[in-house]
Amino acid sequence: MRAQSTLRWMVGGPPFVFLVLFFLLPALIMLVASFRFPGDFGGLAPLFGAAPGEEVGLTTESYAVFFSDRVYAEIFAKSFGVAALTTLICLVMAYPVALLIARSPKRNRDLMVLLVVLPFASNFLVRVYAWMIILGPFDLLFSRFAVIVGMVYVHLPFMILPLYTNLEKHDPTLLDAAQDLGAGAWQRFWRVTFPLSLPGVFSGAALVFIPVLGMFAIPEILGGKDDWIVGNMIKESFLGTRDWPFGSMLSLMLTIAVLAVAGGTSWLAARSMKAA
Amino acid sequence: MRRFSLWLASLLVYAFLYLPLLIVVIFSFNDSKLNAEWVGFTTAWYAKLFADEAMLQAALNSILIACVASAIATVLGTMAGIAMHRFRPRLLPFLVFTPVAMPEILLGVSLLIFFLNVAQPALAAFGIEFTLGLATVVIAHVTFCIGFVAIIVRARLAGMDDSVFEAARDLGATPWQTFRLVTLPLILPGVIAGALMAFTLSIDDFVITFFSSGVGTRTLPLEIYTMIKVAVTPEVNAISALLMTLTLGLIVLASRLAPDLMRAKA
Repeated sequence: MRAQSTLRWMVGGPPFVFLVLFFLLPALIMLVASFRFPGDFGGLAPLFGAAPGEEVGLTTESYAVFFSDRVYAEIFAKSFGVAALTTLICLVMAYPVALLIARSPKRNRDLMVLLVVLPFASNFLVRVYAWMIILGPFDLLFSRFAVIVGMVYVHLPFMILPLYTNLEKHDPTLLDAAQDLGAGAWQRFWRVTFPLSLPGVFSGAALVFIPVLGMFAIPEILGGKDDWIVGNMIKESFLGTRDWPFGSMLSLMLTIAVLAVAGGTSWLAARSMKAA
Repeated sequence: MRRFSLWLASLLVYAFLYLPLLIVVIFSFNDSKLNAEWVGFTTAWYAKLFADEAMLQAALNSILIACVASAIATVLGTMAGIAMHRFRPRLLPFLVFTPVAMPEILLGVSLLIFFLNVAQPALAAFGIEFTLGLATVVIAHVTFCIGFVAIIVRARLAGMDDSVFEAARDLGATPWQTFRLVTLPLILPGVIAGALMAFTLSIDDFVITFFSSGVGTRTLPLEIYTMIKVAVTPEVNAISALLMTLTLGLIVLASRLAPDLMRAKA
C-alpha cells in the first residue's frame, strides 16, 4: 500500500505541483488582487508597509465602481448577446456538416472531420485577418457584423466536432421505425434526430459561448472603434489604464459568468440525456 | 432530395471555412501593396519577409518557445494522463482541464499578476533577477498545453486492456520496467500526437503570449498582431501562408498518429 502511494505521487506529483503553482495559485492571487488598491504607477499597491499617505490593506472599491455604473453591466449584457448570436449561427451552420459526416460511410468520416479541423490549425490572427481582406472592399469592416462573422469563423469547428460525435452514435433503426410509423423527413428530424442530439448541441454551445466572452482581439481588429466586450475591458484594465484591481475584479466577474454558462449547459445536457 | 440539400449546405460551410484562407495565400503572391485586386504574380513579399531581422528573430523565438514548452508539457501531460487513468485522483483532473476550458485571457492576466507581483519580488529576495521574457512565456504555454497532452494520453489508455499491465506486474516487472517496456510503447502514438498538438498550440498562441511576454520578447503571432493593427501589407499574407503550411503539416501528422485526437480536441 505504501509503495502504491509513493508511485502515485511520483507519477501524478510533478504535473500536480506545476499546475498548483502556475494555475491555481495565480487564480487565487487574482481573487485577492481584486480587493486591493491600485498602485501609484499602475499594478497593485503594497499590501502592508506602505509609505505614509499611501493606501494599504483591502478594499471593495473596484466592486463598488462596477455596480455603481450601468456601463459595465451593459458591456456584460452586450458580450452575452454577441456570444449567444455567435453560438446560434454556429449551430445552424454546424448542423448540416455534422449530420452529413455522421451519415457518411465510415471510411470517409475521418477525412471529413480532418477537413473541418485543418483551417482551425492556421493561426488565429490569420483567420481574423482574412476577414479584414474580404470585408474591407465591401465597407463592412469595423462593424458589429464583422465581429460576429469573425467570431463564427474562429469558433465553428468547436460546434461541429461535439455535434458530430453525438450524431455518430445515433441508432439508424430509430429513423426507420419513425418512417414506418409514417413520419415525414421533417418530422423525423425534429422529433427523433434533434432531441437526441441535444447533449451534443449543449456541449458545443459551451465550447463556443465561453471563449467568445473572453475574446478581445476580434472586436479590436474587426469591430468598430471602442465597441467593446468584456475581454477588451479586461485587457484595457491591465495594459491600458493599468488598474489591476479593477481588471482582476472584471476577470472574476467573467469567471463567474463562465462557471454559470458551463454549469447551465452541462445541466441541460444531462437533463436532455435523461429525457432521451 | 434531402440528401442533396444536406450536401449543398455542407459544401457551403466547407467553402466558408476554406475560402478566406485561400484568399490570404493568393494575395501573398500579389504584386500590389493593397489586398484589393489581382495585379500580377510576385514573390517579393516573401523576399521582404526573409530580409526582415525583427521577423526572423520573432520566428526563432516562436520555435524555441514551442520546442521547450511542448517538451515539458509532453512529459508532465503524459504523467498526468497516466495518473488520472491509473489512480483516479480527485483534484488533478480539475487542475488539468480548467486551463483548457476557460477563456485564455483569464489564464493570461492571472499569470501576469503572479509573475510581476509575486514571483518577481520573491525571487528578488534571493538576489535573482526575474522579469517577463522567454521563460515566463514557456511556463504559461506549458500550463495550458498539459491538458491537451493529458486528454490524448488518457484517451489512448482508456482504449486499452489493463490486463497487460497486470500481466507485466505478475511476471515480476518493477513499476519502472512496466512503464518502459509495456506502457510507453503502447501509448507512444498518443504521446507523439500530444507533443505535436502542444507544439502547434504553442507556436500559434497569441492571447496568453500577449500577457506573459513583456516588452522585449516578440513571437510571430505578436508580430502579426502588430502588423495587422499598424499597417496591413501582403507581408502579413506571406508570413500567414508560411505559418499555415507549418501547422497544417503538423496537424496532418498528428492526426495520422492518433485519429481519436480530433475528438480529444473538442
